[in-house]
Amino acid sequence: MQIDDTDRRVLRQLMAEPGLAMADLAERAGVTQATCWRRIERLTESGVIKAQQAVIDWRALGYGVEVSLRFSLDKTDPRAFDDFIDAAREVPEVIGIETFLGRVDLRLNVIARDMAQYQEIYRRRILTLPHIADIEALMLIATIKDSDGVPL
Amino acid sequence: MIELDDLDRGILRALALDGRLGAGELGRRLGLSQPAAWRRVKRLQEAGVLAGQRLVVDRAALGFGVTVFLGVKLATKGRVSLEDFERAVTAIPEVQVVQHVLGLFDYRLRVVARDIADFERVLRRRILTLPGVGQVEANVLLTEERRPGPIG
Repeated sequence: MQIDDTDRRVLRQLMAEPGLAMADLAERAGVTQATCWRRIERLTESGVIKAQQAVIDWRALGYGVEVSLRFSLDKTDPRAFDDFIDAAREVPEVIGIETFLGRVDLRLNVIARDMAQYQEIYRRRILTLPHIADIEALMLIATIKDSDGVPL
Repeated sequence: MIELDDLDRGILRALALDGRLGAGELGRRLGLSQPAAWRRVKRLQEAGVLAGQRLVVDRAALGFGVTVFLGVKLATKGRVSLEDFERAVTAIPEVQVVQHVLGLFDYRLRVVARDIADFERVLRRRILTLPGVGQVEANVLLTEERRPGPIG
């Protein structure tokens, strides 16, 4: 699909503040409400806009610990990635799974209520995942910036 | 801290997939009246559990074919340099995520670029010139998956 300047203007505003009402969004993008609505419909139908999702703040639900676990897998087994990801999906405290090209093969984002629960999850659910060759942990101290926007 | 029942969890699960769902549709899905669903959404917002919305876009369709995670270690530490680094890195439009972490690195960055050549430009001109920046490790994102987390 061809994206023109009007699409870009609407997207820029929508990425900056996705919860915005249509009237405010149209005004900020400098287009009429009807145009704005039509453009969003078209971008959604063509798959450029995949979804608009609510952000859940896990800290507000008492999950004070967030750890980024970086894995190297034993790639001698061709099923290593699939087996690992299938098993990781079964762990409720895993809120994100990413695969990479680089020194790290895979990353899991894991949350826990406190360090005691984290240790429990780490020992019983993470270390038992299949095909692990190496693990590194980065503990989240603070998120300074978090946006899904791209610089259009 | 806010206590959740099964209906609250159902609301969070539904909104985490589609943040545009109104109280009427949420109520229909969960067997609640519209005002009852609205009151629950309002309570989750006020408790900070529902923390805004995110727009998920097809980055490649918008011309951003490459997403890279960078682990950054600062060469010089101290309060001043942390703040200088954070201010400068947050201002880079290609940097979507900045997280202060504890472990092998000091910061995790998520960077979008048009292609590998564009990424190299961002890395050399913007990232490696940041105040206090030391060792940098790059991993190219291949796939990502958000999981429902412990409300599933």
